Amino acid sequence: MAALLSSKLNMTARPAPAQRPSVRTNAVALKPLPYAPDALEPHMSKATFEFHHGKHHRAYADNLNKQIAGKEWDQKDLDTIVMASWNNGNPTPEFNNAAQVWNHEFFWESMKPNGGGEPTGALMEAIKRDFGSFDEFKNQFKAAGMTQFGSGWAWLVTDKSGKLSIAKTPNAVVPVVEGKSPILTVDVWEHAYYLDYQNRRPDFIQTFLDKLVSWDAVSNRYAKAPA
Amino acid sequence: MAFVLPNLPYAPDALEPYVDTTTMTIHHGKHHATYVNNVNAALEKFPEMKSLGIVDLNKAVGTDAIPKEIATTVRNNGGGHFNHSFFWKVMTKPSNSNGPSAELKAAIDKAFGSMEAMKEKFNAAAAGRFGSGWAWLGVKADGSLGITSTANQDNPLQQVADEKMIPILGLDVWEHAYYLKYQNRRPEYIAAFWNIVNWEQVNDNFKAASGGGMPAL
Repeated sequence: MAALLSSKLNMTARPAPAQRPSVRTNAVALKPLPYAPDALEPHMSKATFEFHHGKHHRAYADNLNKQIAGKEWDQKDLDTIVMASWNNGNPTPEFNNAAQVWNHEFFWESMKPNGGGEPTGALMEAIKRDFGSFDEFKNQFKAAGMTQFGSGWAWLVTDKSGKLSIAKTPNAVVPVVEGKSPILTVDVWEHAYYLDYQNRRPDFIQTFLDKLVSWDAVSNRYAKAPA
Repeated sequence: MAFVLPNLPYAPDALEPYVDTTTMTIHHGKHHATYVNNVNAALEKFPEMKSLGIVDLNKAVGTDAIPKEIATTVRNNGGGHFNHSFFWKVMTKPSNSNGPSAELKAAIDKAFGSMEAMKEKFNAAAAGRFGSGWAWLGVKADGSLGITSTANQDNPLQQVADEKMIPILGLDVWEHAYYLKYQNRRPEYIAAFWNIVNWEQVNDNFKAASGGGMPAL
């Protein structure tokens, strides 16, 4: 296919306004990307990162900080805010922002330059055990991403016994609130892929699996998941 | 009779500069087309439902009239087909429209205080819909105008809607509706929408809705 639509449209994000100095440090920072914004080209464009990290992720962090300023959750860590705002399935207004900050950090760290390929070791054994084959895992993960109607996420998760399964969640929901330990995610909100793939969500997820996944990160998470 | 993808009522560049040509081409030719294909595929298993027509099919969403096996597919794709067929028609070339009729203006003033107040409320509904969805202006059961938003491809005709109404104006706030031109700037897209509203269609929708019906799509 010809040059990515994003480069044809020559888009760059407008720079963020200068930050005013804070009186105190807010609890929730916009964590930098683990790589340069062009590091995942051509599979995920620089333009996508400038908006996805620089605008969407930034806005979730900014809006959360506004919501919690001066209140009980200010200065608490992000994990705590996510669980507390989930409020046992009756989420407070902070949840969408807190969970989306969490989800996006987790997503960036699920990818790396020259990613993809296959996992090895204990994780690969578990994948073969719990899905039958690595290809079958990819098929199920892709299907979950394709069938999450509207906005949301697809996940590879593990439970306390180390058993792997696929999950999909709408909007900001994260499987942590359902007692699972996520080890891999793909963002299927349209903003994650529309500049580069337009309506072709299946192609995006396939490319994510084949070219972007950091199996090192996923293996580390698997090893560290609570037992 | 299977559902058919309607033609756009105008060329794909007609809504420029407010909605770009590429978006119109993909939005209609890919997204809407997929909803049509998917709802048709679901109804193949229950062909007697095809005779309902798209409006009555949507009114049946959330009731036992739709077999459980296809309920979600019909909600999502029957919803998507209605929503987009409705949406293309309530838009037109910029400056092509003469604004709301006297009757509609009066109803807007009565329900919201003013046209500006109605737009503010509509804009807030559109901006505040987290994730994918739609904002709607419609006629409620008591005959008054109301504003609501729905998630995903739900609409206020369906029984699953929090607030039921007969829609007379709608705005798609799925990211695919605006991302190529506006990216994260949804409020800018919402503001731009008012330049391309086809008030003549909205007037017709209002007249029909006030009698409890909808004009043919």
